[in-house]
Order: sequence, then structure tokens, then C-alpha cells
Amino acid sequence: MKPRFRTSYDADIDRFQGRWHRAQYLLLIAVAVAAPWMLGAYYVGELSSVLVWSLAGLGLMLLVGHTGQVSLGHAAFMAIGAFTHLALMLRGWPFLPALIAATLASGISGALLALPILRLSGIYLAIATLALGILVEDLAIIAEPITGGVRGLVAPPIDMFGFTIDRYGTPIAFYYLCLSVVVLVTLAYANLLRSPTGRAFMAVRDSEISARALGVNITRTKTLAFALSCAITGLAGALYAHLAQAVNFESFLVIISIALLLQVIVGGLGSIHGAFFGAVVIVLLPQGIAIGRDLLADVGIRVAAYPGLDMAVFAVIIIVLMILEPRGLYGVWIRVRTWLELFPLYRKGMFKRARSYLKTERLK
Amino acid sequence: MSLLQVNNVSLSFGGIRAIDGVSFSVEPGEVFTIVGPNGAGKSSLFNLISRFYHPAGGAIRFDGEDLLERKPHEVIDAGIARTFQNIELFDHATVLDNLLIGRHSRRQTRWFEDLLFLPRVRREERSHRRAVEEVIDFLELAAYRDRMIQGLPYGVRKVVEIAQALVSQPKLLLLDEPASGLSVEETENMAWWIEDMQKDLGLTIVMVEHDMGLVSQVSDRVLAIAEGRPLAEGSPAEIQAHPEVIRAWLGGVGE
Ligand SMILES: Nc1ncnc2c1ncn2[C@@H]1O[C@H](COP(=O)(O)OP(=O)(O)OP(=O)(O)O)[C@@H](O)[C@H]1O
Ligand SMILES: [Mg+2]
Repeated sequence: MKPRFRTSYDADIDRFQGRWHRAQYLLLIAVAVAAPWMLGAYYVGELSSVLVWSLAGLGLMLLVGHTGQVSLGHAAFMAIGAFTHLALMLRGWPFLPALIAATLASGISGALLALPILRLSGIYLAIATLALGILVEDLAIIAEPITGGVRGLVAPPIDMFGFTIDRYGTPIAFYYLCLSVVVLVTLAYANLLRSPTGRAFMAVRDSEISARALGVNITRTKTLAFALSCAITGLAGALYAHLAQAVNFESFLVIISIALLLQVIVGGLGSIHGAFFGAVVIVLLPQGIAIGRDLLADVGIRVAAYPGLDMAVFAVIIIVLMILEPRGLYGVWIRVRTWLELFPLYRKGMFKRARSYLKTERLK
Repeated sequence: MSLLQVNNVSLSFGGIRAIDGVSFSVEPGEVFTIVGPNGAGKSSLFNLISRFYHPAGGAIRFDGEDLLERKPHEVIDAGIARTFQNIELFDHATVLDNLLIGRHSRRQTRWFEDLLFLPRVRREERSHRRAVEEVIDFLELAAYRDRMIQGLPYGVRKVVEIAQALVSQPKLLLLDEPASGLSVEETENMAWWIEDMQKDLGLTIVMVEHDMGLVSQVSDRVLAIAEGRPLAEGSPAEIQAHPEVIRAWLGGVGE
């Protein structure tokens, strides 16, 4: 909310607004690079998990948060990425080419499916993608030559540039691998958002009618968004295969698609940050609940380890959050940041959302 | 030669004939206004020109070519930009971003170039930005450049929407009720903008408007329609004095 003084258009075109902004992100990267050396192997694994789910979330965020198209079946594309990747590696492909091929395969299958599916909108799109998710669950069993059938596939260790990277053997190396992929994808994502392609996505999200009048080819734009979204999620699936060490049809059930959608909603739709915030919640919530339970036990309150407790707590968090701050954790973060920036000057009611005008004229 | 020729078009929704044999042509550089009671089919005419609807019959030609050959998203490439009766801006974005989206039809880069943000993308962005800043200066929107649409007063949004249409550097601008919901003072400003766009930018403007004061002030010619059919065409004064028009307006259909 600070006024920004600009001396050239480049100040707005640049990825970072000013040196301080860039320094913040460099610091974040430095922390991310240093983190595994300060944590035990277990927590390094958890961090890798956060990164993989962030990546999957980034893919879905592009579609749901920035293009406004819902998908309840995105785990299907994680599955396509994971199985393609492992099937290729088990046939002797090196890691990187297999990873790239898996990303492309997910993106291309996304584009092909987009053509019939994206004619639908709203609830119908949700149902169609849900059906797709269920279909892929079954395909994962039927396509045994590729997917290993019911037993699934085991991830071989990664050999790259003379190193062997293994999630348990060399957890820090695996973490750095995930981190590099996530940083690259995030940079590309940010590039997209500050260029005509990203603006077209957001135009489709906010008003298809106006977007069309301004020259946006809606079908093409949605297809591209779907393809890029599926490519990123497929890439996450491939990394997930190494994280989990083995995948089968149960790794990508529809419940995972739903959790992924909740993740981006909780994180905050329409922001890159949101994908990361949501992933932190999804991955660390079970830990948090376990720790909370232990604390309660210490003071003499026993809570049985109910099997559904994580999901239930998660659901409550979502409901409370959506009522208090529909912009998700990203919205909370913006508030905190603004509060800190303005510290002594903060006024109550400053964040009341502006009254919005009803759109009555609707074509179709 | 006329810039826009609408020839005997008709359009129905289900059984309702929304437009029934309307013809008019617009000369380069003029402000042509369509008036009519509520539900007369004015916005539907615009939606035909925007290609959102396909006419049941008739022809539309623009700048010597058959407009009906174009898809809706290709209309702006021909040089036709528009605004909407109820403002269709992108609420979750700033004024600047809304105007940059308005440059979409002028984009040169492909998505993978955007993904890598190649130097060409940056060069393009600079030129888009220059075009946007010219319009911001022209319509005096500098104070709102970084504001979200969501929080802007209604009158400012109306101007932003016109700016969004202008950044594509069109030949023809379609304005659907540019003054509806505006205060007296804002309506006066709107009249200035329209005159400036006609005189300084050399734009041709087709406008739908109810405010007869504004219509008389800026229009070169006026077409009155009612219930989808043409009533009369002429100068603003002629239309206001036309017995058919007066009857249609007082006949309880409109206003
Ligand atoms: N999408 C649609 N489906 C069905 N009927 C429609 C549709 N759009 C418009 N109509 C009908 O067509 C007729 C003309 O509507 P239109 O919006 O063009 O009127 P208008 O002259 O712009 O009126 P106003 O002054 O209220 O904006 C009306 O009877 C309207 O109900
Ligand atoms: Mg109308």
C-alpha cells in the first residue's frame, strides 16, 4: 500500500518491484537452501513433500485461480505424469528426459481433454473433471503394461550428473531437486502473469464476454490454460512418485483431487503464494494435529486418534477461513503485511471490501 | 464509402423478434446515435455487430468487408471496439491491467515466449504500456492508474471502460449507454470525451443513449427504433420532433 514512484515502464514490467522486493525473495531462497542443514532427515522429507504439493497446487492454481475453470479431477494428471515418468525410467530412460516427457504427456493429454470438457462451465465442468478423475483411477489398473496394474510401480533411484539421488538415501539432494524444479516453474508462472498470456487467462476468468470483445479467443485460451495446468501438475506427479517411492492406482484417488482443490482455495485463489500456503497446511496439518494431541495429553486430556480427525479439522479450518477471509491464507498474509507496514497508523475497518456492483446484463 | 453498413438485419430469441429489418450506415468520422425505448433492441444491435449473436437475416459490412465472416474475437482486429451497458471490466485487476488487457488484439508474442519472458516480450510490453499511457493521459485517468476496479466510483468505471476500448486503436467505437447512471456533471464530461474522440482521434462512434441532452449535443445523426423496427432517421432535432418517435415514447413502452 506504499505509494510507488516509478521512473520507467520497466519498473512495472520487471518481475520484482524494486531492490527490497527482490531481496526478500533472495532471502527466502537462501532460507530454503539452508533449511535442510538445520533439520533432521524426517523434516527434510516433509519439506520435500511441501514442495511437491506446492508444485501440484501451482498447476491447479493456474487453472482455477487464474483462469477461473474448476477441476475436481486433477489427481488424474498427477497420475499421468507419475506413471509416464516411471514407465519410461523403468525402460531405461534417464531421469531428466523421462521427467520432461512426463510433463509433456500430461500437458498434451490435458489439451486433448480440454477441447470437449471446456465447453462446459461451472458445476458441469466440475462433474466432468470428477468423472475424469474416477476414470483414470480405473485406467491405472487396466493399463497394466504401463502402470503395473494393481501393484503399481516402484520408483528407481535417480542418477543425474554422476550423483545418485534417493529420497531416503540422500534426502537433502532430493529436496534440492524438488526445490530447483519448483523455483523454475514459479519463475515461469510469474512470467506468464506479467505477460499477455496471463492477462488473457485472467480476462477469461473475470468476464468472458468482455474478453471476447477484446479479442481473446476463449476456446484457445482455456485449452492453453488447461494444458499448462496439467503439465505442471503432471510434473508434480512425477516428483511425487520419487517422494512416495512407489505409486499405484490408490495414490491418485479422487480424494486427492479434492484435497488439491481445497489446498488452493485455502491458500488463496488467484495468487502464486496461495499454492504454497495451501501446501504447507495440507502437509503439515497432520503433524500439527498430532502435536496438539500430545500437548493435550500432557495436561491430562486424552483425544483418541480418530481416523477421520485430520480431514475433519481441515474441513473446520476451511469453513472458518472462508467465512472470515474468502481470499484464503494469502488474504490473511496481505493483512498482516499491511498491518506491519502501517503499524502505528492502522485503522479498524480498513480492509472492508469495496461494494461491488451487480452485473445484470448477461449475454446467453 | 460508409464505414459500417447494417443492411436489413433481423434477430429473434425463441419466438420473440428482437430486431426486425433494421438498416443504417455510418460514415467515417461521424457520431451516430441509436435511440429507442427500453427493450427496443439497441443493445441487441450492438451484439450483432460484435458477432455475439448471428442475425437471422440481413448483412453487416465494415470497412468494405463482410463482418459476418468474422468470429466474435476477431471483430476487434477489424477495428471495432465497444463498451457494455452494464460495464464489463475485470474487477479484480487494476485500471492499468485492465487497459493492458485491452491491448490483447495487438499482441505479437506467443505463449512460450511469454513463459520465458524473452527480450521481445519486454519490448512488446513497453510498447503496450506506451499506448496505454497515451490513453490514460487523454482521458485523464492518471490518478486511478493503480487502483482496483472494485473500489472505483461508477462514473470512473465508465471512463475506464472507454479507455479499455480505445487502447486497441480502433476505427469504430460502439458505446452502449455511456451516460447511464452518471451525474449531470459526469454526463457533461462524457460529452467532452466523445467530442474529443471524434475530433482529436478521428474516431467514428456509434452510440446508444437515452439522455436526449447528450444525444443532441454530440450526435451528427440519430436513428430511432422501437420494438426492433426502425422509426425514423435524421438530425437530433428532427428525431426529437418526429411524430412517430413521440408516439412511441409516450405510448407507454419506454422511458
Ligand atoms: N439473450 C436474450 N435472450 C432472450 N431475449 C433477449 C435476449 N437479449 C435481449 N432479449 C430481448 O430482446 C429485446 C431487445 O433487448 P435489448 O437488450 O436489445 O434492448 P435495449 O434496446 O438495449 O433496451 P434497454 O434500453 O433496456 O437497454 C428485449 O425484448 C429483450 O428482452
Ligand atoms: Mg440495452
